[in-house]
Amino acid sequence: MEKEKYIQDLADIKDMMEKSSRFISLSGLSGVLAGTFALIGAYLAWGVLYKFDSYFTRTFVTYVPKTVLYQLILIGAGVLILSLAAGMFFTQRMAKKQGRQIWDDTTKRLLLHLFIPLVTGGLFLGILLFKGLIAIVSPGTLIFYGLALINASKYTIRDIQYLGISEIILGLVATYFIGYGLFFWAFGFGVLHIIYGIVMYFKYEKGQ
Amino acid sequence: MNNPIEKLDKAFNNKIRLGIMSALAVNEFLDFKALKNLLEVTDGNLASHTSALEKLEYIQISKSFIGKKPNTKYVITSKGKKAFSNHLEGLEEIIKATSN
Repeated sequence: MEKEKYIQDLADIKDMMEKSSRFISLSGLSGVLAGTFALIGAYLAWGVLYKFDSYFTRTFVTYVPKTVLYQLILIGAGVLILSLAAGMFFTQRMAKKQGRQIWDDTTKRLLLHLFIPLVTGGLFLGILLFKGLIAIVSPGTLIFYGLALINASKYTIRDIQYLGISEIILGLVATYFIGYGLFFWAFGFGVLHIIYGIVMYFKYEKGQ
Repeated sequence: MNNPIEKLDKAFNNKIRLGIMSALAVNEFLDFKALKNLLEVTDGNLASHTSALEKLEYIQISKSFIGKKPNTKYVITSKGKKAFSNHLEGLEEIIKATSN
């Protein structure tokens, strides 16, 4: 029947538009794994900062000795590297399944728009950290990360923008409740990633 | 009442040409390699379709050199944009009409 052909044409057009302008090899599983690593990292940070003591009743940390700071940076770096590795693994797998190249113009465009706010935030917060303004760093990472995601969402799967908005809101709340940075960080980079990752997985990948 | 089938452009009856127009409609430009990867066609096939679209003035082809390597860029023209969006409208109208 003719109508089927027209419907297929329209679907093909929309498909080609997405494929050509957006990076579509993003897998929800990357988020799930990154979230898991973040939760593990947060747990270790809790030990390092609070010695696994009760978190909410204890007065929050205002001074962080250098040794503790270095340990935290190490944990953070570990979480980041593992998350990137997981991301690359699942992206590669998905791109192969889609018959797409991993590294093309859409990839470059996505990374550019993701990294501009991210690197800016990193440098900005790094300077603050260096100057001793520690408590604002954790909420700051959530805010800049959210901004980066919203910026990047135009060049990859749209749903990322909702994660971005969530992170920004969380970051602002964390700023208000300054001092509980670790909790909000664990929620934003841990729990939210796992939730969105699962949603994205079931929405786009399961049953393909 | 306007027959929406008349809005459909015969030039886009071919899946590859439709694909080329779709991709160029949402990108400032695309080069040969990108278009070829997207459409998964041979060099010759791509060249013949883009040439046909160029003749219709729906796309613009510019050839240059990056160092020693030849580089071909494709851009959709305003005439092409109009033709493509008309075609899209036509498709949507037909689908809507036959759904009632």
